[in-house]
Amino acid sequence: MAKIVELITENVGKVRPDSLEDYLNASGYEALKKAFKMTPEEIIEEVKKSNLRGRGGAGYPTGSKWEQLHEIDETPKYIVCNADEGEPGTFKDKIIMDKDPFKLVEAMTIAGYTFGSNHGYIYIRGEYPLSKKTMQKAVDLAKEAGYLGDNILGTDYSFDIHIRTGAGAYVCGENSAQLNSLEGKVGRPRIKPPHLAEVGLFKKPTLVNNVESFAAIPYIVLNGGEKYASFGTKESGGTKLVCLSGNVVNRGVYEVPFGTTIREIIYDLGGGMPEGRKFKFAQIGGSSGPCFGEDKLDTPLCYKETGKNGLIVGSGALLVVDDSNCAVDFAKCISEFFVHESCGKCTMCREGNRQLLRILTRFTEGKGCKEDFALIEQLSNVLPISSFCGLGETATRAVSTCIELFRDEFEEHIEGKCRAGICSFSEGGK
Amino acid sequence: MKLVNLKIDDVDISVPAGTSILDAAKQAGIKIPTLCYHPDLPVKASCRLCLVDTGRKKLETACSTPVKEGMKVITNSKKVRDARRTALKLLLANHPQDCLTCVRNGSCELQALAAELNITDISFYNMVEKLPIDDSNLAIVRDQSKCIKCGRCIEVCQEVQCVGVINSSFRSGEYKMTTAFDKALAETDCVYCGQCSAVCPVGAIYEKDDTAKVWKALEDPDMHVVVQTAPAVRVSIGEEFGLEPGSIVTGQMVAALRKLGFDKVFDTDFTADLTILEEGSELLERLKNGGAIPLITSCSPGWINFLERFYPELIPHVSTCKSPQQMFGALAKTYYPQKAGLSPDKVFVVSIMPCTAKKYECARPEMNSSGYQDVDVVLTTRELGRMLKQAGVNFENLEPEEFDDPLGISTGAAVIFGATGGVMEAALRTVYEIVTGTVLEDVDFKDVRGIKGIKEAEVELDGQKVKVAVANGLGNAKILLDKIKNGECDYQFIEIMCCPGGCIGGGGQPYGTTNEIKEKRIKAIYDADKGMELRKSHENPAVKILYEEFLGEPLSEKSHELLHTHYVSKKK
Ligand SMILES: Cc1cc2nc3c(=O)[nH]c(=O)nc-3n(C[C@H](O)[C@H](O)[C@H](O)COP(=O)(O)O)c2cc1C
Ligand code: SF4
Ligand code: SF4
Ligand code: SF4
Ligand code: SF4
Ligand code: FES
Repeated sequence: MAKIVELITENVGKVRPDSLEDYLNASGYEALKKAFKMTPEEIIEEVKKSNLRGRGGAGYPTGSKWEQLHEIDETPKYIVCNADEGEPGTFKDKIIMDKDPFKLVEAMTIAGYTFGSNHGYIYIRGEYPLSKKTMQKAVDLAKEAGYLGDNILGTDYSFDIHIRTGAGAYVCGENSAQLNSLEGKVGRPRIKPPHLAEVGLFKKPTLVNNVESFAAIPYIVLNGGEKYASFGTKESGGTKLVCLSGNVVNRGVYEVPFGTTIREIIYDLGGGMPEGRKFKFAQIGGSSGPCFGEDKLDTPLCYKETGKNGLIVGSGALLVVDDSNCAVDFAKCISEFFVHESCGKCTMCREGNRQLLRILTRFTEGKGCKEDFALIEQLSNVLPISSFCGLGETATRAVSTCIELFRDEFEEHIEGKCRAGICSFSEGGK
Repeated sequence: MKLVNLKIDDVDISVPAGTSILDAAKQAGIKIPTLCYHPDLPVKASCRLCLVDTGRKKLETACSTPVKEGMKVITNSKKVRDARRTALKLLLANHPQDCLTCVRNGSCELQALAAELNITDISFYNMVEKLPIDDSNLAIVRDQSKCIKCGRCIEVCQEVQCVGVINSSFRSGEYKMTTAFDKALAETDCVYCGQCSAVCPVGAIYEKDDTAKVWKALEDPDMHVVVQTAPAVRVSIGEEFGLEPGSIVTGQMVAALRKLGFDKVFDTDFTADLTILEEGSELLERLKNGGAIPLITSCSPGWINFLERFYPELIPHVSTCKSPQQMFGALAKTYYPQKAGLSPDKVFVVSIMPCTAKKYECARPEMNSSGYQDVDVVLTTRELGRMLKQAGVNFENLEPEEFDDPLGISTGAAVIFGATGGVMEAALRTVYEIVTGTVLEDVDFKDVRGIKGIKEAEVELDGQKVKVAVANGLGNAKILLDKIKNGECDYQFIEIMCCPGGCIGGGGQPYGTTNEIKEKRIKAIYDADKGMELRKSHENPAVKILYEEFLGEPLSEKSHELLHTHYVSKKK
């Protein structure tokens, strides 16, 4: 039976988001006070011990990221919180910002203190006006009470947080595009290297972490990295917020310890499919994640096991699809998303995704042909290893895994047949 | 300098830290295909053609990836070839296959890559969308359907020239290089420098082709067709025929033009010398009697467009001298027909220029002081190359010939007009002798030579120190202009050339121009100068006769009527 743990969601629903008092009563800011008595090296050591990995999707070890930034001498440094949450089916950063905003403020302040930085930015998704308001209020209250701003808690350390919103482009979730956007430039990704730890915001060393990654920091500082890590598996420390959506009874955000199986999440927490519908497949990690079938349901959610099984942890999105859906139509919708979101800069993603959509659209119209499989395969082989940024690299993943699972359905579409009855073929098909 | 050791295919090589894989491969003698990359512009890594395998999961773009110690790079494997060919096929699937009727046929980087990567079918679906062609102005044509989105034009227009009329906009399939609100170039602040057309790898931006007008005039038995050639053309036209950059082919060029059927082959160098006398006198006059100082040169029409559009408040600083090509036009339809016994309306003047902005310049309404349009048609170096090829002229094997009299006689001071700093140096050679009344023994002013963006020098003229500066490329010019505007500059004389490197780097020069090639052309320019018997403009005998017979003296009333002009604000 899956269990829910509350490490980073401990305050959700228990504190009022606009009450600093509530937060303080729930041991808020104890972590910052403790951090002030630690050296930056000690803080980073705890983060390393926690085995925390980036919750924005890429899963990069947070401790290593912090260590690398710490080793760079140049000042000033900037702290950026990636709250763009653009991955379809992902809505967990929103919970933290809406329900426990002070935790994020405290976490960023700890990070700021660790790197001697005086300015932090939160880049909030444009479609989240409420989160923006809530975060701004928390920042203002924290400042008034001396938990943020000049000489925090009477120390000589000062830190301010600025809130910015995005214009709705998915690619602005990519960290370098986000920094361009924060600088007022067009949100297109930068060439890396140089890495953002060296040349980041306004060309200065910069830390970019996801909301959920930051939210784990106060617990880690207060209780020690080992304690946090002990909730997860050997390699994947702590917990993960999972966003369950699609054809399940109980959709929502769940905090689960790493090691919980996907089946447990879908059936124990999510309550399975609605009234007698059958599981067809699921997609993990958002639109950029792979689709998988029944046979992989017992994969434990952790970086090692998902990796072994061709899955990802990603942002923690888990989309369940039942047998009333058409795999071809599903693939086409995903492809539409990437065509819409490609920034257009590089050949692979700009031209490759349009080709892919053209091909899939032909399938849904009964105009596909056998040769199209080779084209899809070519794109699926090449885009992941040769696009400019992560968007193009992951754009074909859902489509290629869908075809692996349901090649027969794609073939049926060539004949003008859609077993789910979703695709309507114009007369005579092709 | 720290050296990094790596292996590219089977070659061990050491290169300075920070070198890109692409440059390291070049040193190792290994060719990696590129398309968006241009050696003189920032790296964009957008075309994905230069992918190589560095042993990581992802392939990396050689143009943007620095070498690392112990790196093993594979440039030729199935994985690499497949990825590069996919990138190219994706571009081609969205590209009109118009090679046979395309201005870039034979000089197109995309076409060359398709051959190099052995593309025999495209396999992907045809995505070509026919977009309207912008030929709204006299100089530059844009055909966006052929754009492969390399971004070179944007960088050159924004970063190098600081004009910034082309920009990238929209996303995904709509991503394109546009002007603000997709306006025609004629309605923007475009200065027609043509630098975008010089760096575009394909036929998406090019000069307006005026060769048909010239063929027609040459066919017309009633017309006396004369041609003038700019200083920079003699050191670049050879490249159109496969000669080494920096080959000086003045004599072959003259012979080739005669073969095309021009009645007289003259030289813009003649009026370059004349410019020095007029402009030098203007400088001395201003220094003596007061007038806006610094005086700024005016021979680059791209620069004049920039002035009128962005810095009209500095118009009083700019010399009223017409560019040498326009001085030539005015004389070719007054002095010359008078001397040769021709009717000016039967004289047709063609210019061969390294420049696209001169196409715009020759049509300016004020450029008709002869009573006719002074210069009828301007061709770029590239267009001349096309005419010569069409006529089957065997350029490399031509016996050198001499320019015609009298508008073909010139000095070394005129030749160096073709390189940045040349007008300054030529002016100093003459002004020095006029002011000091002594012979200048060492004519080489080396401080103002070379490809550096901004150069400064100080010259003693009869006890008086004169501070001069030279800027090439509008981005560099802008730095000086802002200084003048803010009163932070103590120069007396400034040379501004619109194009980086001066006219040898003009927007109408042979394709494939890079800084390396520009350096070679510049060297050729100074070699040509050295080889001349006369190297000071005021020693030009034909110019002396022109003053005696026709103009009187520099800045005379007649000179003002024919050789000087005025500028107006075109600021929006
Ligand atoms: C196309 C694309 C979109 C992304 N969107 C987001 C996002 O919405 N939120 C996020 O935190 N990270 C996103 N990322 C990942 C970020 O680039 C970056 O890895 C992350 O912010 C680092 O923080 P973390 O290490 O704490 O996860 C995206 C990456 C790509 C390539
Ligand atoms: S892969 Fe290329 S086109 Fe796609 S979003 Fe990234 S940079 Fe833009
Ligand atoms: S731009 Fe190049 S590839 Fe395209 S039609 Fe012209 S010559 Fe052919
Ligand atoms: S001609 Fe010059 S100013 Fe005009 S668009 Fe091209 S680069 Fe820009
Ligand atoms: S117009 Fe030419 S230079 Fe500009 S982006 Fe397109 S292909 Fe490149
Ligand atoms: S040449 Fe390297 S990506 Fe275009």
